[in-house]
Amino acid sequence: MTHETEILKDPNNKQLNITRAFSAPVEKVWKAWTEAELLDKWWAPKPWKTITKTLDFKVGGFWLYCMAGPNGEKAWCRVDFTAITPAKSFDATASFCDEQGNVDKNFPPMNWHNVFSATATGSKVEIVLSFDSEADLEKIVQMGFKEGFTMGLGNLDELLAE
Amino acid sequence: MRRDIFQAIADPTRRAILALLAIQAMTPNALAEHFNSSRQAVSKHIQVLADCEAVTPKQTGREIYYHVNANKMKEVDKWLDTFRKIWEDRFNQLDDVLTDL
Repeated sequence: MTHETEILKDPNNKQLNITRAFSAPVEKVWKAWTEAELLDKWWAPKPWKTITKTLDFKVGGFWLYCMAGPNGEKAWCRVDFTAITPAKSFDATASFCDEQGNVDKNFPPMNWHNVFSATATGSKVEIVLSFDSEADLEKIVQMGFKEGFTMGLGNLDELLAE
Repeated sequence: MRRDIFQAIADPTRRAILALLAIQAMTPNALAEHFNSSRQAVSKHIQVLADCEAVTPKQTGREIYYHVNANKMKEVDKWLDTFRKIWEDRFNQLDDVLTDL
């Protein structure tokens, strides 16, 4: 069964709402979002791979990982956890960084608010991605492009073919 | 300075100008009446929008009317499409992980 990914952009370009249903129960989806071994299996679209260096899933802790490309490219990212309600929701701030986790200030951080809930057929995840500054759209878009470049090279071929 | 659609919409006043022009083409003076900032400031924003090709001036009689350039605005949607693809791929892989759990 395929599920649609719904993405809505607020009129101010400050926030993106992403909603996706899953056939699996909340507990499993939560696990897949919060355990390194599982995140590494799905977070990066093929042919890119997610390689977790460290993951400390608690408030004040962070996930440090890299996106590794098929030609040896690596992009480091860190996700700082700011609030956690087990099996219900977590908030985090995502940034680009170096291998040691030093944040790259050239890119504005992206805030996540992820809510997990049960549905009749399984579960759903609602993600609110927001940015600190609404006037910073250009940078945000660049970051989106960087993210797109980093993770979506598999999709790039398709885009180029259009 | 880089002039592209993302620059055009990076500023809240420019977004407001685009929103107004999306409803109907307007002259710079008519546009300026909608803002508290000076006519000069509004003119500057219109100039940036024109440089970014987000709006196009068209002479009608003695007046210049600015129109939204719809094609340019699609660049934003294109970016959003890429973004959507990333998340769709990601979630499809998550489906597989969940099946194995």
